[in-house]
Amino acid sequence: MALINVKTREVQIKIVYYGPGRGGKTTNLEYINKTYTKQIKTKMVSLKTEGDRTLFFDFLPFDVGKIKGFDVTIQLYTVPGQVKYNATRKLVLRGVDGIVFVADVQKEQRKKNIESLNQLYENLDTTYKLDLFKLPLVMQYNKIDLKNSTIPVLPSSIMQKDLNSVLQVPAFEASALNGGNVIVTLKKIISSTLASIQDQIF
Amino acid sequence: MFNQKQLDAIDNEIQTNLISAGIDHVLLVDMAGNTIAAHDNGKSSLDSTAFAALAAGNYAAVDAMAKLVGESEFSLLFHKGEKASINFSKINEDTLLITMFNKEISLGLVRLKVSETVDKISTILNSG
Repeated sequence: MALINVKTREVQIKIVYYGPGRGGKTTNLEYINKTYTKQIKTKMVSLKTEGDRTLFFDFLPFDVGKIKGFDVTIQLYTVPGQVKYNATRKLVLRGVDGIVFVADVQKEQRKKNIESLNQLYENLDTTYKLDLFKLPLVMQYNKIDLKNSTIPVLPSSIMQKDLNSVLQVPAFEASALNGGNVIVTLKKIISSTLASIQDQIF
Repeated sequence: MFNQKQLDAIDNEIQTNLISAGIDHVLLVDMAGNTIAAHDNGKSSLDSTAFAALAAGNYAAVDAMAKLVGESEFSLLFHKGEKASINFSKINEDTLLITMFNKEISLGLVRLKVSETVDKISTILNSG
């Protein structure tokens, strides 16, 4: 839940990038970090293994300026994607205000995307009594650049059917590696999340 | 959401009990990693935003470990460094008080002051 400090007139909002391992969650944050150096007052924090896989989370605070006199800071987090790290994924979801689900368009990752989304629903429900259907959520179908390679990828229509036929949230094809639609995804989740908490603030 | 009166009272407790006793930095954070209050002695700087996120993660991981060994919680955590040390104390289910201090101040005094402050902040939070 967003933290609203009436004394310092600050609002802190937590957005979590969730999805299967090696899907591009950290790459999204790295691109945002590189693009918006002016708005980012602190270094990106990454807790990772020797092999550069996220071990606990990545963290990137991001100033979006003043809204009705309140300084709004968006705190971006990623979760570790590997299956065995579900305990830490649950911890990172604590107090979440908005979620970007980063799915991998590679054909061989199809099952992992679906499993990860199902686990997100369960983790929110069992640990925090949160309903994924009521949280601001944006889908990102990442690695669309692989269309030009020999690696088989799924078309967005299949991704939509697998992951978004019931949720029906905004979805974007993206290429986190070269920044394609990374900022569009970020802007969408920020606007959805701000809209959902505006009753609390204003 | 905390009201202005609560936040003023919390700031006052941190300043009078902890900062004036010689503690370098004090952070009150929620378990999601947000900073509720940040104070320092004006002599050193700290990236409190990143620190709060890491502290909440650290505490959450230790809390999960406690449950694995059959403890309901480890309500107090302490990290000792060569020059600086950090003390974590849980105030309630949602908030954590973190104090950072140097070797000039004794651990016993820090624990005493922190323990008193935890009780006072707990009362303030319950009054909201």
